This record gives sequence, structure tokens and C-alpha cells, in this order.
Amino acid sequence: MSVSKEDVKHIANLSKLNLTDKELEKYTTELSDIVNFANELSNIDVDGIKPTAHILDIKNVFRKDEVQPSYDREEILKNAPSKDAGCVSVPKVVE
Amino acid sequence: MKEYEVIIGLEVHAELSTKTKMYCNCSTTFGADPNTHCCPICTGMPGVLPVLNERVVEYAVKAGLATNCEISRFSKQDRKNYFYPDLPKAYQTSQYDLPLCIGGHLDINVNGNKKRIGITRIHIEEDAGKLIHDAYTGDTLVDMNRCAVPLIEIVSEPDIRSADEAVAYMQTLKSILEYLEVCDCKMQEGSLRCDVNLSVRPVGQKEFGTRTETKNLNSFKAIHNSIEFEIQRQIEVLENGGVVHQETRRFDDVKGVGYAMRSKEDAQDYRYFPEPDLAPIVLSDEYINNIKDNLPEMPHIKKERYINEYGLPEYDAEILTSSKKTASFFEKTNSICNNPKSVSNWLMGDFARLLNEKEIEIDESNVTEENLASLIMLIDKGTISSKIAKQIFEEMFETGENAEDIVNKKGLVQISDEGAIKEICQRIVDANPQSIADYKAGKDRAIGFLVGQIMKETKGKANPQIVNKLLLEIINK
Amino acid sequence: MDLYSLTLTEVASKIKNKEVSIKEVLDNIYSRIEDVEPKVDAYITLTQKLAYERAEKLQQRLDNGEDIGVLGGVPIAIKDNICTNGVKTTCASRMLENFVPIYDATVIKKLEDAGAIIIGKTNMDEFAMGSSTETSYIKKTKNPWDLSRVPGGSSGGSAAAVSAQMAYASLGSDTGGSIRQPASYCSVVGLKPTYGLISRFGLIAFASSLDQIGPFARTVEDATLMLNVIAGHDKLDTTSADIEKEDYTKALINSVEGKVIGIPTDFINDGINSDVKLAYDNAIEKLKSLGAQVKEINLEYAKYSLATYYIIATAEASSNLGRYDGIRYGYRTKDFDDLDDLYRKSRTEGFGDEVKRRIMLGTYVLSSGYYDAYYKRAQQVRTLIVENFKKAFESCDVIMIPTAPNTSFKFGAHNASPLEMYLEDIYTVPVNIAGLPGISVPGGFDKNGMPIGIQFIAKAFDEKNLLQVAYTFEQNTTYHKEIPTIEEGK
Repeated sequence: MSVSKEDVKHIANLSKLNLTDKELEKYTTELSDIVNFANELSNIDVDGIKPTAHILDIKNVFRKDEVQPSYDREEILKNAPSKDAGCVSVPKVVE
Repeated sequence: MKEYEVIIGLEVHAELSTKTKMYCNCSTTFGADPNTHCCPICTGMPGVLPVLNERVVEYAVKAGLATNCEISRFSKQDRKNYFYPDLPKAYQTSQYDLPLCIGGHLDINVNGNKKRIGITRIHIEEDAGKLIHDAYTGDTLVDMNRCAVPLIEIVSEPDIRSADEAVAYMQTLKSILEYLEVCDCKMQEGSLRCDVNLSVRPVGQKEFGTRTETKNLNSFKAIHNSIEFEIQRQIEVLENGGVVHQETRRFDDVKGVGYAMRSKEDAQDYRYFPEPDLAPIVLSDEYINNIKDNLPEMPHIKKERYINEYGLPEYDAEILTSSKKTASFFEKTNSICNNPKSVSNWLMGDFARLLNEKEIEIDESNVTEENLASLIMLIDKGTISSKIAKQIFEEMFETGENAEDIVNKKGLVQISDEGAIKEICQRIVDANPQSIADYKAGKDRAIGFLVGQIMKETKGKANPQIVNKLLLEIINK
Repeated sequence: MDLYSLTLTEVASKIKNKEVSIKEVLDNIYSRIEDVEPKVDAYITLTQKLAYERAEKLQQRLDNGEDIGVLGGVPIAIKDNICTNGVKTTCASRMLENFVPIYDATVIKKLEDAGAIIIGKTNMDEFAMGSSTETSYIKKTKNPWDLSRVPGGSSGGSAAAVSAQMAYASLGSDTGGSIRQPASYCSVVGLKPTYGLISRFGLIAFASSLDQIGPFARTVEDATLMLNVIAGHDKLDTTSADIEKEDYTKALINSVEGKVIGIPTDFINDGINSDVKLAYDNAIEKLKSLGAQVKEINLEYAKYSLATYYIIATAEASSNLGRYDGIRYGYRTKDFDDLDDLYRKSRTEGFGDEVKRRIMLGTYVLSSGYYDAYYKRAQQVRTLIVENFKKAFESCDVIMIPTAPNTSFKFGAHNASPLEMYLEDIYTVPVNIAGLPGISVPGGFDKNGMPIGIQFIAKAFDEKNLLQVAYTFEQNTTYHKEIPTIEEGK
């Protein structure tokens, strides 16, 4: 499998990134190189091998359902580029 | 026109009534000022990590057991990646291929017919924030209080065939979740809502038609109307030779019309993968059995018990048990006054009417179980008449006052003193010779007029049985 | 002798014994920074004000006879992807150039509880993606051993700061070698603990299943003290190991008598620089002479670690970096037509090339149709690599390999091919893939006088064996005593 320009356009879209034509060329080549390199894994027999989900054997890590104070709103919004009426503000969301 | 068959599946989202959010200790209380129930974790700040609320698992397992699901011994959480301003991390933590509960069912009742609806799965996931349109600036404001409030998503099989069935399914599910106390089911607050997947196909056709998904319906009426609307729309499209597009839709409940959402659906590829920051959920038989053994009595079981134990008609039992609050009010009241049919009549009659008028729930009303029981006992003892009781109840409902206090204060105690009643009867008989003549001529109605006069004189307080008895004695003397 | 050239252990003891005041130590380190930092550019932010306030309080407590902790008064630098409450944490990205966290990472709390003074935040590859610190949006950090060369990465600033004696120790993060490789390039000790030993809470995520915080120090002893402070279970990190706390200083024993050192000969023969190979062979001989038993081992799957790593790490990164969307914090583009335009422009302008490349690669391997072929397969190969190491550790205590196949390179040397740069991580990524602890210690110099690192790897949570072997190697060599010139090399 190799990465096509169409693939790169698609994944740039999914990633919310704009690419110039030149960048599209560049990334297509670079990603193809990397993906081709990664294709060496297809030579390994992984039949019946369980994928690693966690490197540590962990399970059932839970928290008690106990309320702790939340943060001040000013703190929560401190880093927001645009805010209004105690909220983060964004351009109109069209459904 | 061809005949069409409708295929419906529901995805119901129920916000769990945990005290805290799914992955942090912020409160889930509804209605707080925007962005005041937030912390770095639920607002997806750089560097934070989630830790799962144990009660989320417990509540989801309860819901699974109550809907006859198989509980997964091994389950995990996954990330669903997409960009939206109400989703701070740009992924929703949900469950993909190993949900907590799989393969259950619910029995519903539609116009007296029983039907079984399959449940594909129940999984846990986090809710998104709230977007508020700012009419002044035209911008959208993001309130993150609801971000990461825990949800269960209950996915039904495409077994539903009509709007009525969909509503019945939703009602049944609602009452189960209420019984379990895992969701407050306040649909107007969005804590219980559903997406409707719907397609139509000509009767006899094997393949399903193309389905649409109408999102975020949060009343029974909206569910019903949106389904009726969408059935008609799809049939019309097909009848006119068109094709139904797979799309996400909204339903405007006020205008009664549905419309396709304008947001781009072209690149929907959620790139699910196992959430590396959360551990798998591994449940033992002991854990599951312990929850199973402590499940509350479910509505359909309770209904049977009401019929058998209290001798109530099926209709009464059905209505009383459809809401856990009503059922518990019934049981507590009856445990005091021991007159199930009378309690049932009150709950389904005047009480229900007043609650409806005021648009409040039974536990929000002024009337306590003790108060209703004492009212019923006053009737049963003959202290007051049923007619007066209705008047007293209205006052109890308004003020929360005790029945006996109202009776005493207003002097509404029924007159059962035969001597006193006899005297009044005699006076009325003497004053209405024409009525006596009519009665004796065979006009039974005349007696009603006389009783009315007596009740008027006693302001309704005379015991009607005694009045009837004495009146006839006097006339027939 | 200048205070700044002391080890952490030495300066901590001088403070404790009141031979020097904390203020003197701070004055001295900041004056060193003033002298050297213009040449090295290791720091993004210096936090003098907070540091002096803290120094005063600590000194008062010390003067009152209180125990101010094992790191009491010691100046420490922090990689700029670890959140510090009220202090800018940029990840060396335009995206977070002005981001001020509202909470402290767990490791920051632990360091401060132990009395450490944070003196600044260090440069790094943008979002820790890179092996040279060249992808930083903020500045280029130079290698103190030759200012025309890279310090390694991604924790290049933390390594250079310790190497140039601008901090007694520092914290870095290691996802595929980002602590060990720059430690090797800068001739300092760099420790990547077992996955789960250090809380990741507050570490800005690159690849969640691989990221781990660890210390840089001038000696193994100093690194061990740092480890003692930052290790331990954290309820805020689901993946943090719930194990009993150990005193790792007990492992500082100058002996490898009877230890079995595993040498994966097959794995290290390809594309290795001859000077590095020579230093490695010398290290083997040194350990043998000290009584260790050296044994060849088989790590047949280790060579697949790199491909596995670039699939898993980028997949997780593509998801972890979705939150940088210009809405709640971070860079927001100035001009936009609508919400989608805002997302795209903010991310396109806010991220550098390497970050975009990895986000796209990660998006690709997770996207519909490719998941099984790449992501799932990589996780299966990961299982094989884990098993491979488990088996190897049945017959040895510690594995020894070079930290990197080459020494530090000139700026821009790998600009043409990202893949070539990725290949430099070949000896460090297997450790992350298998979640093991690894340490790089100074092991020699190449023809140009550039440092070479020797890496030791142990079983999960077997930091004690790891540290004992590393300590013994260090105590019986002199490489760590060499000081960089902080000049342009030949």
C-alpha cells in the first residue's frame, strides 16, 4: 500500500489541516516513504497474536463518585482566545 | 400507492444520575451558571487524564440487567474522534466493539398488544457541552458544564414498526430507568433523549430502505410526530420516483417539520481506537450477581403484584406502576389506610388531574402520603362525605394542610346524627307537599329533589346514606 | 570552584548544612545561565521571580530547623511540556506559545514537596516530536559540546541545560528516546523509568501509551535521587502503577559481580557508527573486567520496533492533538470565514511541519480501511516485542546497547528526509514499545569529541538492577567527569 495524493487530501481534511499544492506533493512523498517503511510489519505472522491494549496489566481503575469543588470560571476561561457571557465564543455553529 | 412497511430503531441517550462527571469530580447538577461545573479534566486542557467514575459502570450494568442484556465480563473504552465546539478533547470517550451490555430486550404494550423489542447493546460514553446561540453577536457560546456528564446509550434492534410502538418503547424504557434510579429521565432537561433511525420499504421487499437519523428528540410528542413526519416524507419521496438519502436530520417540534442538517457529513470517519488512558473494565460474576440481587422490583412485576395482592384492576395496576414515584406513593399511602382501590382512584383521578394542571411531579406536590391516607380514612369512617373530600383535597393540594385540620377548621364533619337529620328531613318533607305527591304517584325523581334540598340545607355535610334511609321512612310512614 | 559545577547531591548537602544559602545557589545558577544561555538557548522561560520567592520561604523553613526535603533548595529545570500552574507551558509550539496552565503536573507537586526550586522551562521539539530539538517553534538549542550541532531531542533543552551546568537536574519526557538520546548527545545521565512508574498527569500528551517522564542529571546518583522523588502511584493517572514505593538509592552499589549483561548482537550491527561501536565494545570489556557475565541474547523482533512505534505513536498523537483547535486555549487564527475555517487555519498556522506530518500519518493509520493493516497489526507486533524482551530477561539481568547509532549531527543534516531522522531512534524505541526502564550514561567520545551514550535496559519495575549496573559503569569510568567547552566545534 502506498499513500496517494487523494489519501493525503482526505487525511488532511480529517485532521483539519490546509495544504498548499506544494505541501501536498511533499507530504505525499514523505508519508509514502514512512508508510512503505512501516509496511515491513506486513511480513510478520501475527495470526492469533493479541494486540497490546495496555503495557501494564491494569483493569478496573475507578474513582469514587464524590463531588469536589470545580474551578473558578475565570480560570477555566483564562486561556480562551474569545469569550463572552461566561462562555467560550466561537463563530456561529450551523447545524 | 403501494403499501409500505416502516422500520425503526432507537438510540436512546440517558444521562446517568451520578453525583459527579464521568472522569472528574465536578458536579453534574443541572442548571448551574455556564462553565461553573468545570475543571481542567472535563474541559480537555493539555496534560489531563481521565479516571472513570465507578458508579457509571454500576448504573450501566443495572440498566443492562433490567433490560435482559448479557453483561460483558471484559469491556473497554474507545475514542471517537471528530471536531465540534462542544467536544473539548476533539474525541468523545465511548465504547466501540466491546460495550458493557449486549443482546437484551424489552416487552412493550401497544393498544393492548404485547411486543418484544430487541436491544442490541448498551454502552457508556460522555456527554458533550451545550452550544448557545448568541442572538446579539450572532456567535455561538460554549457552556462546558455538561461536558463529560456520563451517559448510557441504549441501542435497539430495528424492531419498531410505528410511532406508537416507538413511544411505548420509550415509555417502558423510561419507567425502567426511573425504577433503577440510574437516570432522572427529565426529558425537558435533555437527560433522556433519543435518535430515531427510520426507513421504509414496500411491503414484501426484502432489503431495508435507506435510513435517516433524526437526532435529539426529547419528548414523547416529538418522537411521535417526527416519526409520522419522516414516514410520510420518505414515502412521498419514493412515490415521486425519488431516492431517500442517508442523512442526519432534526425535527422542529413547534413547527412540526423535520429538516436535513446542513453540517457536512461527507468525511465522517471517526477513527475509533482503544483509549490508552483508561483501563479495561473486567467484571466478575460476583460483582454482576450482587447488582442483580439488589435490583428493585421492575414495573411489570410490580403490576402483577398489584393485581394479585391488592386486587386492583389491570388498568389501575398498569397506570400506578408506570412511574416509580406514583407506585411508591401508592404503596406508602395504602400501608397507612389499607384501602387500595380508594388510593388508586385518588391517584388516577383528582390527584393526577391537579398534578397535570400544575405540571409537577407527584413528589413535588404538597400532598404527602400520610395526608392522603388520613383523608381516605375520614371517608371510610364516615366522618366526611366523598363529595366534601374532593373539596378538602383541593385545599390540601393548594396548602399542604392536613385533612383533619381542614375538616375541623371549616366544620366539614359529616352529620350522621340521626336525630338531627330526621328533623331536617321532616322540615323539608313538610315544606314540599307537591314532591311527596309526585313521589307517591310514581315519580322516583322527586326523591332526588328532596335529597338535594336537604344537602343544601346541611351544606353537603349530611351523611347521604342516612338521609336516604330517613327520608324514605318519613314519606312511607 | 563554582557552585554550579557541583552535583545535585553535593549542593543539596551544602544547603542542608548551611554552608551556602539557597539564595547564593540561585544567584550562582542564574548568573551561570546569564553567561551560557545566550550560546546554548536551552530555556524557553526563566522563572526567577517565583524561584526567589520560593527560595526565601524554603530558607526560612530551613533556618527554623525544618526538614525541607531531599531536594531542598536545589534548582531544577523542567521540559516545557510539563504543566506548571501560572507559568507558560508552550510545548515549543506556536499553538501554545502563550498558554498558561491552571494546574500543576503531579511531578511538579512532588518536586516542590521535596523542596526543589523550578528555575525555568526548557526547549524541546514541538510537542516532543523530533530527535534534535530543531522542530521547536521558539528557538534552536545548541549542543554544549559543539554549538554547531544539535543537542538531540526531543528533550534537548533539558539535556543541554544540565550538560552546560545551567541546572543541577531537569525533567524530560521520553516517548521514543526523547530523554536517553539527548542525554547521550550531551554526555549526561538520562533515565526513562518503567511505563507507569511516574504519573503522566500534567504531561502534555504526545503518545499516551508510550510517554513517560524522567530525569536528566550529571550523575547516576543524582538521577536516582530525582527518581525517588517523582516515582509513585497517582490516583489522577489510571495508567500509573499501584505499587509500593521503593528507595532506589539502595541500588547505588559499586558492583556488577555476578550480574548477567545481555548483548543483542544481531540488533546492533546495522548502520552503527564505528566510534559508537568501539565505545560500546569498550563498555562490554569494562563490565566484564568488573565481574559481570556478558551473554548474547536474541531480540529478533526489536528491529520492528521503529515501524511499530511510528504507527502507534502517531495514531495516539493524531487524537491527542485534536484539542488544539483554536477554541478554548492556544493559537487562534486572526482571519476566518466560519467555524471550519477557524479550525483549519488555526491548526495549519499553529502547528509546524513535523507535527502536521505525524498528525496526518496517525490519522491515516486509524482511518477507515487501514486500521487493521496498520494500527491493529502494530499493536500485535508490540505484543511480540514485549514477549521478546520477557524471554530475553529470563537469561540476563540488564540489556546493554548503545543509546543511538550515531553521535550528534549538524543542524539541518536530516532536513531532507524525515524517515532518515526517524531511523536514529532505532535503539531507544524498543524500550518504550515494551514499557521498560532504560538509562543512558556517558560512555565515551567520537573522533570529533562528541559524546557517546551507553544504554542499559531492565525488566519492568526493575529500576534497581538498572541503576546498580549504570552506577557501577559510571563509577569505574571517567566520561561523566568531562565538561563541555560550550564553543563551536571543528
